[in-house]
Amino acid sequence: MKFGVVVFAGSNCQQDCFYVVKDVLKQPVKYIWHKNISLDGIDCAVLPGGFSYGDYLRTGAIARFSPIMDAIINFAKKGGLVIGICNGFQILLEAGLLPGAMLRNTNLHFICKYVYTKTENIKTPFTNLCKKDQVLKIPIAHNEGNYYIDRDGLNDLKKNNQIIFRYCDIDGKVDKDCNPNGALENIAGIVNKNGNVLGMMPHPERSSEVELGSKDGVLIFRSILKWLEAR
Amino acid sequence: MIEAKIFITLKETVADPQGLTIKHALESLGFNELGDVRIGKLITLKLKTNNKNDSKKQIDDMCKKLLANPVIEDYSFQIIEA
Repeated sequence: MKFGVVVFAGSNCQQDCFYVVKDVLKQPVKYIWHKNISLDGIDCAVLPGGFSYGDYLRTGAIARFSPIMDAIINFAKKGGLVIGICNGFQILLEAGLLPGAMLRNTNLHFICKYVYTKTENIKTPFTNLCKKDQVLKIPIAHNEGNYYIDRDGLNDLKKNNQIIFRYCDIDGKVDKDCNPNGALENIAGIVNKNGNVLGMMPHPERSSEVELGSKDGVLIFRSILKWLEAR
Repeated sequence: MIEAKIFITLKETVADPQGLTIKHALESLGFNELGDVRIGKLITLKLKTNNKNDSKKQIDDMCKKLLANPVIEDYSFQIIEA
């Protein structure tokens, strides 16, 4: 299965994503420059973390208008798998492929640490190898991860099981104490209504091998692969 | 030439951690009569036209497409003929 890692000006997690797909998943992968206008037959697009355009104006606001984004939007509309990690998530929000927006972390700090997330929906292309409510240890590294959506939007997310990950403690308890950034209802990751576009603040590519302190993140990449192969 | 000042503010319903932090700092400086403190952005730009109505339309379009995020932000602007 062919993966494409989209590189924006200011992305900085693309090599980690590339490495996990190539050397851990053993699948073909290529970089896709943001000035390209075509995805050239890939099966899954990865929007990596980083600081596209220096986070100017709002995180992801400028990258969202990169030439490649039209192709990403068309790909997503046709059911193609898109995963946005951290800044990639922020870009998907700005592009309107996912609902809501990101605010500054409530403590105004850049937070870089391992957190636990609870997997709330496992019937997705991204989490089908997880167990229901499985707690994943995955690191976050961001300044704007304080997810916000209005009440109607939140109700929609819940009704359609679009909330995939919530920040929790090691036992899977979701409460204020384990919310690192103030995100509404501890939301760490969501999918679109059709379930083919995932945005998540935690970095699965930084936690896909035991040497890195956790390999829980690889479950997400392996789920994608399994889903694509079974298609 | 037309000059515009564009104000981007967080919606009233959206919490503003920066504003809150500044409020606490001002209180610690002895300003005790503070209500809410909120932060926004000011963007100034110049347009190479003298058509005020057309500029308004263009700036409104800029705000909708890029400068403000309607999920969390409101915007307003002033136009000054330079």
